[in-house]
Order: sequence, then C-alpha cells, then structure tokens
Amino acid sequence: MTQSVNASANPSPSAPPPRYEGQSLEISERLWWIVIGPTLWALHFLACYLTAAIWCAKYAAEADSDALLLILVAIYSVVAVAGIVVFGVISYRNHRRGCEALPEDLDRPRDRGRFIALAGLLLALLSLVATLFTAAVFVLVRGCH
Amino acid sequence: MSDAEETRRPDDGEPRDGEPRDQEPREQEPRGEAPAGSAERLLKAWHTPEGWRYWSAVNNSEVGLWYTLAAFAFFLFGGVLALVMRIQLAVPGNDFLTAEQYNQVFTMHGSVMMFLFAVPILEAISILLLPQMMGARDLPFPRLSAYGFWCFLIGGVFVCGSLFFGVAPRGGWFMYPPLTTEYHEGVGPDIWLLGLSFIEIASIAAAVELIVGALKCRPPGMRLNLIPLYAWYILVVAVMILFAFPPLIAGDMLMELERAADWPFFDAQRGGDPLLWQHLFWIFGHPEVYIVFLPSIALIAMIVPTFARVPMAGYGWIVLAAVGTGFLSFGLWVHHMFTTGLPGITIGIFSAASQAVAIPTGVQLFCFIATLLIGRVVRSVSLLFVLAGLATFIIGGLTGVMVAVAPFDYQAHDSYFIVGHLHYVLVGGTIFPIMAGFYYYYPVVTSKQLSERLGTVSFWLMLIGFNVAFFPMHLSGLWGMPRRVYTYAEGLGLEIPNLISTGGSFVLAAGLAVFLWDVLRPKSKQPLVKRNIWNAGTLEWVAEVPDRPWGIRSIPIIKTRYPLWQQPNLLADIDAGRFYLPDAEEGLRETLVTSAVDAEPMQCLRVPGPTFLAMFAAVFTGGVFIFSTYHWWWAAGISGVLSLGTILTWLWTGTAQIPEKSHKDVGLGLTLPTYVSGPRAVGWWAMLITMLGDITAYISLVFGYFFFWTVHETFPPQQFDGRPVIGPGTLWPMVALALAGAAWAAVLGARRSNRKDRAGAFYGTLVLAIVLAASAGVAFVWGPLARGMDPTHHAYSAIVCVLVLWTVLHLAVAIVMLLYCGARRLAGRMDGRHDADIVNVTLYWHFMLLTAAITAMVIGLFPLVS
Repeated sequence: MTQSVNASANPSPSAPPPRYEGQSLEISERLWWIVIGPTLWALHFLACYLTAAIWCAKYAAEADSDALLLILVAIYSVVAVAGIVVFGVISYRNHRRGCEALPEDLDRPRDRGRFIALAGLLLALLSLVATLFTAAVFVLVRGCH
Repeated sequence: MSDAEETRRPDDGEPRDGEPRDQEPREQEPRGEAPAGSAERLLKAWHTPEGWRYWSAVNNSEVGLWYTLAAFAFFLFGGVLALVMRIQLAVPGNDFLTAEQYNQVFTMHGSVMMFLFAVPILEAISILLLPQMMGARDLPFPRLSAYGFWCFLIGGVFVCGSLFFGVAPRGGWFMYPPLTTEYHEGVGPDIWLLGLSFIEIASIAAAVELIVGALKCRPPGMRLNLIPLYAWYILVVAVMILFAFPPLIAGDMLMELERAADWPFFDAQRGGDPLLWQHLFWIFGHPEVYIVFLPSIALIAMIVPTFARVPMAGYGWIVLAAVGTGFLSFGLWVHHMFTTGLPGITIGIFSAASQAVAIPTGVQLFCFIATLLIGRVVRSVSLLFVLAGLATFIIGGLTGVMVAVAPFDYQAHDSYFIVGHLHYVLVGGTIFPIMAGFYYYYPVVTSKQLSERLGTVSFWLMLIGFNVAFFPMHLSGLWGMPRRVYTYAEGLGLEIPNLISTGGSFVLAAGLAVFLWDVLRPKSKQPLVKRNIWNAGTLEWVAEVPDRPWGIRSIPIIKTRYPLWQQPNLLADIDAGRFYLPDAEEGLRETLVTSAVDAEPMQCLRVPGPTFLAMFAAVFTGGVFIFSTYHWWWAAGISGVLSLGTILTWLWTGTAQIPEKSHKDVGLGLTLPTYVSGPRAVGWWAMLITMLGDITAYISLVFGYFFFWTVHETFPPQQFDGRPVIGPGTLWPMVALALAGAAWAAVLGARRSNRKDRAGAFYGTLVLAIVLAASAGVAFVWGPLARGMDPTHHAYSAIVCVLVLWTVLHLAVAIVMLLYCGARRLAGRMDGRHDADIVNVTLYWHFMLLTAAITAMVIGLFPLVS
C-alpha cells in the first residue's frame, strides 16, 4: 500500500525506524522502468559500434567477406528490437490498465503509475526508431567502407 | 494499516478502482496554526551570516547567487575575447593581434564559454532555484555546493589569468594532440588540463547534489508525474554530467601524464594514438552540448506555461524528450570525427544516431509551440527571449542535421559554417533562454523587477546583432574560410561577410551592455515587486517579498503540477505554517527527505550551516592542481595533505552526526526519523552516484587499453625500439586481486560486527581489511616494478601503468576511509544503530573490488588471450 508512514503515535526511542519507501511499488512503477527502452538502444548501439570497429580494424582485411559482421549485427538487432517491443507492449498495457476514458494529462496523484507507463511507452517507440536507424546503416553500407 | 490511519482515509474522494497503487496519497489537510514563536526560531536557524562571515554561508540562495554572478562574469570575459577576435578578423591582413595572441584568445573564448559559463551557470541556476521549486529549504549537501562553487571560482580565475601573462593554452578548446603534447612548450596546455579538471570535479559535485536533490528532497505528495519539468530536465542533465565528464577527466589525466612524465599515450611513434584523445574528448564533448542545452530548455518549460496562462501541453512527451535526448546524445560523438579516416560503417552508425536525436529534440519544441497556441499569451521580455531562442535554435538544429550528413560534413568541417552552426545552437539553445530566465526569475532573487522597456531594447539589439554576426559565417564558411585562422588574404571574397559579422557582433554586445546596465543600475528607489509577480503556478513563486532566508515557511503537501493555480489556499496555509516543519525547536536547519517515486516523507534531514571549511578545502584542493601545473611538487604535496585534513575535518564535524533524539514530530501529526543509513540515506546515494562517475572515468582508461589493442597488429607487442616490451606478468596481478577480494570480505565483516555492536570483532576485521588492502596495493605495484616495466617505453607500458596507478590510488583512499570509520567508532560517533559511515564505505568497497578485478584481469590475463 502506498500509505506507510507511521504517523499514529511517537514510536519508542529504541524502536528501529520504520521502513518507508517503495514497499508497494511494482517494477513497472519504479523510476528506472522508463529507461529500459533507451538502455536497450544503448546496448545495441554500443554492440554494433564496437563489433564493427573491432571487425574493421582487426579482421576485415583477412576475411573474404563481411558476412560474419552482418550476421552478428542481425542477431543484436533482432534481440534488441524484440526486447524493446516487449517492453513497449507491457508499458502500453500498464498505461491503459483500469481506466475508463483517458484523463487528459495524467496529472492526478493516482495517475503516477500510468504516467510512468506512458513515458516508458514513448521512450520505447523512440528507442525502436533509433535502433532501426542503426540497423539500417548495416543494410545500406554492408561492409567497412 | 493501523486504525488511526484507517480513520483518516478520505471518503469524499473520487471512486477508486480498488488497487492500492492507484490510490490518491493520504489526504492530510493542513490544520491549526504553527506554534507560537516558531517563525522567529525558524528565521534564527536559517539566519544568513553577516559581515566577513557572510562568505561562510553555504545555503543554496547565497551559493547559488555567487555561482550565477561568477559564471556571468566569466561569460562577459569570454564575450570580450569574442569582440577582440572580431576586431582582428574585420579586415584582411589585420595586425591587431599576432597569430600567437589570436590562438590564445580563441582557445580561451571556447574554453571559458563552455567550462566557465555554460555548464556552471546552469548548475548555479539549479542550485539557486531547484530547492525553491520543490519547496525544500536547501539541497541535501549545502557544503558540497559551496565547495563546488569555490573550486569553480579558483579554477576559473587561474585559467583566465593565464591570458594576461601570455601563457594561455592555444590548442583550441578541444586541445588535440600531438599539437598540444609535442609542439606546445610552456605551461599553457597544463593550465588547461589541470585547471579545467579541477572545475570538472566541481561540476560532478553539483551533479551529485542535483540528482539527490531532485529525487529525494521533493515536497510530500509530489509524485513523479507532478514534478516541475525543470526538475526532470535537471535530473537528466545531472546524470549526463555524471557519465560525460569522467571520460574527459580520464583524458586530461592521460595527457598530463604524457606532458609531465612522457608516458606516450598519444605519441604515434611509440605506439600511442592521438585519436584516443579525440574519442575521450568527444564522448564528453557531444553530450556537453545537450548538458548546456537541456537546462536552458528547462527554463523555457517553466516560463512558457506562465505566460501562456495554461499548464504545459504534453507533459509526458517532454519527459520523453528530456530522457530520450539524454540517452541519444551519447551516441553522437564520432560525428565530430568524420574526417579522421574512420571506417565508413562507423561514420554511418553515428550519422544515423545524429539524425535520430532530432526526433526528441523536436518533440519538446512542438510541445512549447502547442502550449503557446492553446494559451492566452501575455507579452513580456522574458517570452520574447524564449521565442528568439526557439527560432534561433531551430536554425542551428537544421544546419546540425546538415553536418550530420557525412558527405556534407567533409566539405564544411573546420570551416566557418561550423562556427555559424554551433553559435546558432548555443546562443539559441542556451544564451537566449538564460536571458529569458534572468528576466523571469530576477524578482524571485532580488524582489525587484528588471525594466521591460530596457529589456525590449536589449532584446532587439541582441537578436539583430546575433543574426547579423553569425548568419554570414555560414556563407564565409561555404566560400572557403577555415576556422581558427588569425587572418585571411584579400581577394577571396571573404572581406564583406567578415566585416558584416564584426559589425553584428558589436550590436550584440551593445544589447548585452543594455542588459548589464539594467541589472546593475541602482534600484533602491524602485518599489518592491508584488509577490508572484507573473502569476505563475509553480512553487518557487511562493518566495516572499522581501525574501526570507528560510526558503519556505512550511513545506506543503503537493497534489498538482501547478499548485499555486490548482490548490486553493495553498499560499495562506504555507505562510501560516500549517504544513510540515514550520518550527526549528532545536535551532537546527532541517528539511524533508521523501521517497523517489511517490515523495512519501522518510526522514527529517538536518543540513549543516555556515562554515569556512568548504572554502578552505577548495583553496587547498586548488593548490594541488595549480602547483602541479608549475611542477612545484612539494607545494602541491603539502596542499594535498592540507586538503585531505580539511575535508576529513568537514566530514567529521558535519556528516552522519548522531542526533539528540531518534525521531521528531515534523508537524501534521507525522513523526520521522532523524538518522537513517543505507539506501534510505541521502549520503548513501551521494556515494553511489559519485562512484558511478568514478567507475566511468576508470572504464574510459580501460577503453584506452582496448583501443590500443585495436590499432596494433599484435598487442601487447613483443618488442619495440630494440627492447622487449615488458608486461606485469600474470602472477602478481592475480595475487593482488585475491588480496583485494579478501580485504573486501573483511570490510563486509567489519560492517556486520559494527551493526551487532561487537567492538572487538569490528576493530579486528577493520585492521585486517587495512592490512589486506595495503598488501593488494603493494602486489599491484610489484608486478610492473619487479619485471622492470618502463612506462615511457611504449603506449602498452604506459596504459598498464596508469591502470595500476588508478587502482592503487583508490586503494589508498579506501584505507583512509577505513581508518576514518575506526576513529569514528572509537570516538563514539558511530555505533550499531548509527552506522552510515561504515555502510557508505562498504559501498565504496564494492566499486573498489570491481576496479581491482578489472585491472587485474586486463593487465594480467588479457595478454594471454590476445
């Protein structure tokens, strides 16, 4: 329950301080829920960049083709896109959960959970676009140069 | 839920859907009156020191004001340098400045504007206003803010002063090696590296303060969906600072080691690579653009609803924009390096990300425009600057998309087109919004208003002057004018655009002069403004006229985004002291700590009052950096010892104090603890955040190691320059790791026995941990030492030695921390229940173990597999 502050009486001085924070929060109501999508983008971005940089610096000259690089990037991209989509769908469901009509701006205190879900959904969409941008580069360039 | 709580549940609220998480927070209505004499006690607790002791103030309203004024003074200095440059470039073949002077001036202009103005002023404004916006009395670590300010001031004066002795850095604001490592004699680059590293530390201190402030010092009830947009932006920016500045600090460290000790990180002849610097610099440098842009946009996000007279449209979309921009901005750095010969695929990846960042950047601009469209706009100078800022920034953003396209960038790179582009971005995205902020917030700080008439004059002069000065630069750039040249030849068609630019720059300066006059002109006869002069809706406008030092009379319960518009009687209840903490019975400075998501009250935090310790600590820390510049190692060492002593005294007397009572009634029947430790304590969060920054700097060094691996055929090389390249071996790094692991386990044991109040076991495990940590340090050094590694031999030797050096320095700090904990317990300042010190030190040790493990594995094991 959200309400956990012990306000009824002065606790005895020797009693350990009561726990206050977060006992009722689900994972999807934590602040870091909203950064999962962008984090997946960041990991995908970094993996693609580092793989390409290392491949081009170390192995491209010896290899017959860049197929291995492209296969690796394809695997990263499928995993990242799948992760972002799953996360986006969960956010969307949480956002729509239990509500009649959508309130205009999620600005009531009790809209907090659905606000976090909305932010998560929007960031998932942005991350999806940015991840596809990165993947598209490999489709278009197909090699080191 | 207890019966007492049950009875307080409101039954007149909206129908509930039965899920506890969707409930409104408890309806706690303000009632009664504040105790008699409480206002006087509160004023006394928050009294600002007078006379010369004024400079010992640490409260956010004083420190924030000094910080703002100092940053603005540096801005004026940087602006004068810009005018000097424009005079030199007004006509071809001019000899107003020599090439040498011009190089110093343009380097200082860029460095001052970025490091001494853009970043600091946004931290300054945040320190000044963020607590007000959140109804907090202060930020959680006032002395840290003061320390950051004094570091900034000392470092800034030192760096700027170099120009007057003709020894200023002259390598451009990004200081590319090998120019700065091999061809620049003198102390110029050292002043840049050490002076600005010192200031970067101040920035990280501010970031720690602002993150913890935004997450933990909100008023009760201000849930995540109700936070002022400014706080969202500042939260994002502070996290960005935390991950962006450390790579530069790591780069500074490498370059200074190369300059002072000849460790060849960037020397291509000895296996180094100048591109490593470019990577480290731009991993900092590109997010930096957004670090200065987002807080300014944050000001716009506060100003627009006030003058549109409606709440911001698309609050959630703006949060998307802030967080999304924060992330994407870390994926753009290579677009500053398109012409360095990187593989096409790399260029493609970063070009795509540079296009993608336009999406969130655009989203927030649409939100602002939408808000202005649906509102009933009230005219003001502040809003004029907002509109000018948006328009200017959009132009800069569009040329930004142009240069993000690599083939165009090949043409425009290092030309005046870039100078035009970046000034449109920075002036539109930073300066104009800050001007708007000055006009908007001036009454909060001084209780007087700036002149709307002078403001309008200043606005038009600045807007016209800016465009006349900078638009022609796009053309002169496309016509072939390179950046960073002290003059140009006749007959290239560059005379006219340069002359127009110079003329425009003086019109812009005239606009600033009008503004400056408006700020400085005596206002003693001018009446005080009325409270909440713009009829704004957010909490900072609760500020009284004339201002009182307590920040806010009582800390309210917040249920809306624009409480002054949407919560009836709020102001009267705050003023009557009907909310939390209306009193200071113990004469101590107190504020509320609340939970991160729902802002439920968690702790009554006692914040420290005025002290000179923060200033002294900054002076001594400054000594370390400044004396090192001139290689006065003894003076630097003594300064370091004094700095350590001062900081320890500060910690000893000002942090984790055992309170006189464990709980306190904070008003409205709420009792909160006065001492907490672990994840519920702000100090624990500060340690965590600091260590995230620290580990980022360390990872940047590790990145250097693997960067060298990618550029060499075999790495580590077998032989170089006729000598075998020696590594540290595998045995000693592994021994060191084992010892560090054992020390970590002993620290965990010490924390445990302290908690159980078993003093003997505590001191025993503590001594064991210290001995093991020292042994780990010796083992780390022993590998390279015994095998005769020479850090000046090859970049491999240098990078291994720097990883060892970093780890050993951290072990030394870890030992000091353990000694401190032992002393705290001996002195009765730490016990089983009051264990914040050892809990925070344990957190440090988790990172310590991670650092030791990575170092040992990289230097000890990687050569075996590569």
